[in-house]
Amino acid sequence: MQVYFDNAATTAVDKNVLKKMLPYFTEKYGNPSSIHYLGQEALEAVDESKEIISKFLNCRAEEVFFTSSATESNNLAIKGVLEGLDFKPHIITSLIEHPSVIEVCKYLEKEGKAEVSYIKPNTEGIIGLESIKKEIKNNTVLISIMYANNEIGTIQDIKNIGSLIKELNIDRKNKILFHTDAVQAGAYLNCDIKELGVDLLTLSGHKIYGPKGVSVLFIKEGIKIKPIIYGGGQEMGLRSGTYNIPSIVGMGAAIEEIKKNKDKIEDIKKLRDYLIKEIEKNIPLVSLNGSREQRLPNNINFNFKGVEGESVVISLNQEGIMASSGSACASKKLKASGVLLAIGIRQEEAHGSLRISLGRETTKKEIDYFLKVLPNIIKRLRAISGFK
Amino acid sequence: MKSYYSKEALEHFLNPKNMGVIENPDAIGKVGNPICGDQMEIYIKVEKKDGQEIIKDIKFKTLGCAAAIATSDMICELAKGKTLEEAVGIKYQDIVNGLGDLPPVKIHCSFLANNGLKEAVKDYHERNGKK
Repeated sequence: MQVYFDNAATTAVDKNVLKKMLPYFTEKYGNPSSIHYLGQEALEAVDESKEIISKFLNCRAEEVFFTSSATESNNLAIKGVLEGLDFKPHIITSLIEHPSVIEVCKYLEKEGKAEVSYIKPNTEGIIGLESIKKEIKNNTVLISIMYANNEIGTIQDIKNIGSLIKELNIDRKNKILFHTDAVQAGAYLNCDIKELGVDLLTLSGHKIYGPKGVSVLFIKEGIKIKPIIYGGGQEMGLRSGTYNIPSIVGMGAAIEEIKKNKDKIEDIKKLRDYLIKEIEKNIPLVSLNGSREQRLPNNINFNFKGVEGESVVISLNQEGIMASSGSACASKKLKASGVLLAIGIRQEEAHGSLRISLGRETTKKEIDYFLKVLPNIIKRLRAISGFK
Repeated sequence: MKSYYSKEALEHFLNPKNMGVIENPDAIGKVGNPICGDQMEIYIKVEKKDGQEIIKDIKFKTLGCAAAIATSDMICELAKGKTLEEAVGIKYQDIVNGLGDLPPVKIHCSFLANNGLKEAVKDYHERNGKK
């Protein structure tokens, strides 16, 4: 049995999405910058995709920008709004952001281009309003807080943070912009930018059953932002580079599918809760990482005492189950997950983490198979480590 | 199919023959990996025969990744039946070769296993009044 429990890493492309993409490889292959028929046909596809996405975000189509990846979108959102300021700006972000936010901030800090405050979440992984408020300075220009965390699935109260910023901005000379990385949230949560009160929002194609190599950055009209890539002037000069039409079409189609699959979210949540309950019942000395309530419907993240996460992942893989771990050994950098450390988990314990991320196609049968296999793996690895 | 670990490394991870502890061991080598936090303990039983000190039995206890477990099992396999002098001469590359290969980021696990054995031999000498 092959079971894919790593949907937070990437999802399969939905079959309906793929179908809509295919003609744009071999038949409708024009470059939207060309003024002839094939070019204009491709341009129309870009516009249609923007139209669909703008409805999903409740924004205008002109506020939707395509980039190559969520990493690029996050880089553009942060670097782009800082360019051209005549003072040293201050950014507020959190310790549990994706590397495509944290690493940009670290770079800007190192280069002396910005001051940065990294907010520590509470032990549930929630970033409190008060902790944001405390960090605000006169030169604060950007707050970037992710909507839902990729490792522990914690959902932040973006709406309340948005309201707070709006309130603060009334009396401020330097208005604060609010960016949220909604990559993990896209398939599951409300992304209405007006309700959330965000100025910038990042979505990724391949986390929402669309293709890889495409991302959306919503940029509210009127925001001063400079490009980070220069060239042919596509996307109103903000993102040069030939449009990746098949993927852009796929991005729109994936957004359409989210609507159609809304009913499945409740089912995924039930499967998640069943899995959590059974693991807590059947395996001793486990603890759930991240909030139980404010959590993505598809995310499960456990710590198992006396085992190391990478060896759990490898053992599961032998049984056909694909999952991931935040342990140092499972990472390229051989560092324990910064997210787990930020929620107060000790280095030794972050070692024993396992992330299961369910998807639209997950069945109860798959979960039951996993529940049958996992206890023996933990038992075996605890025997090897001598853990009693 | 492409696999992160070699067939041999997986086999030693999934079916380690030398896991466990030795009751009343002649020496123990305890090592930890400062990089990723793995912990390893190597237990040895030494037999004196014809004026030589031979590792008669060797077992390990490891909290770590698949590579840490596989290298633990491999160092035990390589050291078993060898004299203490020969055992100390085992190189990390012998462990890696014994496992077919290891992913580049996992080579440091073989250092750990190698040091674990060396620590056990050192412990043996200390217990027996040698330097």
